Amino acid sequence: MRKHLLEAGDLDRADATLVLDTAAQIEAALAGREVKKLPTLRGRTVVNLFFEDSTRTRISFELAAKRLSADVINFSAKGSSVSKGESLKDTALTLEAMGSDAIVVRHPASGAPHRLAQWVKGSVVNAGDGTHEHPTQALLDAYTIRQRLGRLDGVRVVLVGDVLHSRVARSNVWLLHTLGAEVTVVAPPTLLPVGVGSWPVTVGYDLDAALPKADVVMMLRVQAERMNASFFPSAREYSRRYGLDARRMAALPDDAIVMHPGPMNRGMEIAAEVADSVRSTIVDQVGNGVTVRMAVLYLLLGGSPS
Amino acid sequence: MTMSSELFSDLSAPPPLLTGDDVARVVDRVAHQLIERAASSAPDGAADGGLADLVLVGIPTRGAPLARRLAARIEAFTGTAVDVGTVDITLYRDDLRTRGVRALEETRLPAAGIDGRLVVLIDDVLFSGRSVRAALDALRDLGRPRAVQLAVLVDRGHRELPIRADYVGKNVPTSRAQQVRVKLAEVDGVDEVRVLNGGDR
Repeated sequence: MRKHLLEAGDLDRADATLVLDTAAQIEAALAGREVKKLPTLRGRTVVNLFFEDSTRTRISFELAAKRLSADVINFSAKGSSVSKGESLKDTALTLEAMGSDAIVVRHPASGAPHRLAQWVKGSVVNAGDGTHEHPTQALLDAYTIRQRLGRLDGVRVVLVGDVLHSRVARSNVWLLHTLGAEVTVVAPPTLLPVGVGSWPVTVGYDLDAALPKADVVMMLRVQAERMNASFFPSAREYSRRYGLDARRMAALPDDAIVMHPGPMNRGMEIAAEVADSVRSTIVDQVGNGVTVRMAVLYLLLGGSPS
Repeated sequence: MTMSSELFSDLSAPPPLLTGDDVARVVDRVAHQLIERAASSAPDGAADGGLADLVLVGIPTRGAPLARRLAARIEAFTGTAVDVGTVDITLYRDDLRTRGVRALEETRLPAAGIDGRLVVLIDDVLFSGRSVRAALDALRDLGRPRAVQLAVLVDRGHRELPIRADYVGKNVPTSRAQQVRVKLAEVDGVDEVRVLNGGDR
């Protein structure tokens, strides 16, 4: 493993498989236990440095670090010296001076974790940077697919929706490609990035045509907060053409699963009845997130041969 | 080059401390000892000579197949199946920082758990005792056994902690510079135990 986890491209197939296998062993080791805590990272400090709102990612990283007995400091930009104008670099150096061993960073600017990794001595984990990447989400998605379907090689994954603004989509495309899955992205042309032609994916615009050949459908959130122009005529039209409702779900093969990284816009990209169906892995994804992040923290922070 | 150096090391290497047959005999003996001790320490009125109470927990990598072998031999001798489990101690080690992370191995306990039962930890070599200490820490998080015992294939001395084995396949006086290399068919394709001098591979 490398020292940092900044993007899905940091992981080759062996590394990615090591993370998934480690997570599976951790899950097995903790299953059915009363004390869900391991002493592995005792005395290490993990800082959650969040410049952007988050529920599940921050809590998930916090829980993962605590279950490995690390000390956790939660930092959110609101209510800190960032509002007095302190820069990312000074904030990070301050935290490091206080003895942090790893920084888990979420930032609205793409590339912020890369800059951070050049300034600090400890490990940096990207927990989502702008519209760039969110590698641990891709790892937990891959883990969930492998858990449900038993394999990743040759699995046909359809990513649907706001690919343009989605860091989850970027990380998933690269990681799933590394792990041997066949990825198709389906979106309105206005919500596809310019460079999508160079991605290792098939591009489609018709959801109904893609569904019957899918083992996994991954719905992406329509990111209203990043939409500074009109990308589609109306929410209703988007939902009619690219939303996953019960009728569309019926077109999927029998053992196909439906995923969503959350938070969901119920009724927009995914209908409530689909989100709550037995095909949906949305709740599993959240639970697996803790396990996979424990594996990442263990592999990055556990220690290196001296 | 490779051929001749292998030939040379074969000629110069001492014979194995335990051959495949020796390992089988040692496993049989320890299995008999486990049967005896389980019977003598069983709570009053226990069925199956206390064997229902017994759980053999292997420490990966090579303790796990050893535990399965012991269970198979106990079943062959008594007709009673014994619960087997494995406990990976990687996440409990006290030397992660210096030795680095390594891939985790399986942790699996029998469905009946370990609470109130007699747990016998199984490992291939007892050396510093640190692995056993880590395994004891792991067990503490997994439940509360009635008692914990330790069985090892080879005890080579040089303890760094107040830990001793209840069942020992073979006591081998070694120097710290030597290595004890245990090979088991399930992991290495062959059963044998060798003592290598420092620098030998």
